[in-house]
Amino acid sequence: MAEITRAEVAHLARLARLALDDSELDRLASQLDVILGAVAKIGEVSDAEGVTPMTHAVPLENVMRPDVVVTSLPRDDVLAGAPAAEDGRFRVPRILDDET
Amino acid sequence: MNDLTRLTAREIAAAIAAGETNAVDVAQAHLDRIAKIDGQLHAFLHVDSEGALETARRVDAGEISGPLAGVPLALKDVIVQKGVPTTVGSRILEGWRPPYDATVVERLKSAGVVILGKTNMDEFAMGSSTEHSAYGPTHNPWDLDRIPGGSGGGSSAAVASFEAPLAIGTDTGGSIRQPAAVTGTVGVKPTYGGVSRYGLVAFSSSLDQAGPCARTVMDAALLHEVIAGHDPRDSTSIPSPVPPVVEAAKQADISGMTIGVVKELSGEGYQPGVEQRFAEAVETLTGLGAKVVEVSCPHFAYALPAYYLIAPSEASSNLARFDSVRYGLRVGDDGDRSLEEVMSLTRAQGFGAEVKRRIILGTYALSSGYYDAYYGQAQKVRSLITRDFTEAFALADVLVSPAAPTVAFPLGEKLSDPLAMYRQDLATIPSNLYGGPAMSLPCGLSDGLPVGLQIMAPTMRDELLYRVGAAFEATMPAPVPPLDWEA
Repeated sequence: MAEITRAEVAHLARLARLALDDSELDRLASQLDVILGAVAKIGEVSDAEGVTPMTHAVPLENVMRPDVVVTSLPRDDVLAGAPAAEDGRFRVPRILDDET
Repeated sequence: MNDLTRLTAREIAAAIAAGETNAVDVAQAHLDRIAKIDGQLHAFLHVDSEGALETARRVDAGEISGPLAGVPLALKDVIVQKGVPTTVGSRILEGWRPPYDATVVERLKSAGVVILGKTNMDEFAMGSSTEHSAYGPTHNPWDLDRIPGGSGGGSSAAVASFEAPLAIGTDTGGSIRQPAAVTGTVGVKPTYGGVSRYGLVAFSSSLDQAGPCARTVMDAALLHEVIAGHDPRDSTSIPSPVPPVVEAAKQADISGMTIGVVKELSGEGYQPGVEQRFAEAVETLTGLGAKVVEVSCPHFAYALPAYYLIAPSEASSNLARFDSVRYGLRVGDDGDRSLEEVMSLTRAQGFGAEVKRRIILGTYALSSGYYDAYYGQAQKVRSLITRDFTEAFALADVLVSPAAPTVAFPLGEKLSDPLAMYRQDLATIPSNLYGGPAMSLPCGLSDGLPVGLQIMAPTMRDELLYRVGAAFEATMPAPVPPLDWEA
């Protein structure tokens, strides 16, 4: 099952919002094939059936905090680190497609 | 006082408290040393002389006191400090100045610890050599042509070369312990949830844990006590008292303890020189009055594959926050391109090769059709590894192994072979998956390079590491690099 094609890597890159160029896709496809071959060893563990998956090392549930209003970070301090800001907000590139 | 940079953290704090020196002189001595040698080492990405001296002045004015007041520290660049550049070793955050302090930083500041600057690391803490830093590698003070370990190679190199007596690292799969092993320093990954992750830039949230780096076990314990403890701002923070680590380091007595040697953490992949030093260390522990038994943890053989499915999966999700909108880099925003195009261009340019590899790997492991076979199976194996630990701790108080399978390797050697790099974490990963604490401390040299002894303890029994570590440390002189490259 551990085989990954260049087309698959291109699809994954699109899902992960990474605009990879052709040489990167070639390199990643061959490297991922090797890495997946190694991690596929996980399938050999025969006594895993019926075992509860472990998502976390700390068995904590529903950690609550008091429902009180606290001050948040100053808006301008946060916006100062943004690549673009306007009128006290993050400015983003076009989000609607006007061609279709 | 002679060379202030050669003192341990405890000695520095004592000398300041006794009026034999002052915090400003101590800070300046370390800043001078950084200015002198860091051009060759590249342990620091940013040096905050002004901030360091300001804290030192406040300590000297008596505004802050405590067991580490006035002691300099190097902070791994994965932890945010208000107003001080934080890059996580990545171009994507170049120039970003965080608007808040991490809980770890808050605690260091209120303890009067003098933060000298931010240390180099593999980008987003992904790597075992610091070569994946977007800002160039750090060099090992024992041999400038070799790696200082990773991802926290800047912190380990700074401590080993006397640029700082203390450092903070983070350990997701070994990023505190493997650098400690290959630089001859002490590094501790506390119990997961023992130190707050608030303000730690997330790589793999179920594994990431910050911890102390130092040259002695006692110094690591003093720093551990300062940074550990419950934090309501981290929902995975454990609401229990901090284990008595300083007390345990003072006690340093292991007579009557049972120590388990993990059978599976030896053999293939471990250098003979490393195995030899480890075998001698086990003999030393026996000589100190411990009973040594062999334990078997059969699922440890699958720790590496489980980790390289779980960590990249969590990373692929965590790193989605670097979206070119809220902080850091934005590429290609020409007014015409869509948000999605700008985001994809930014991430392609801002992330390095290893980060991209792991994002793609994680995206694959989480995608429908593969989820059960990869991510789901890895989580089941994580349960089995935890069961192995629980069973082993029924037979032994602590477990031991080599901390890293090899000594520091030459820069460039494993850069084009990701799997070979991943194998550096063979011995350290199990404790991350389980969540228990683990320490690496020096146990001699092989071919003139340091070897690390790893001690692993049950969750929230961090004090056992310090008890065993301090007892072992007392049997051998601290390793000091020759530093023959110093100008």
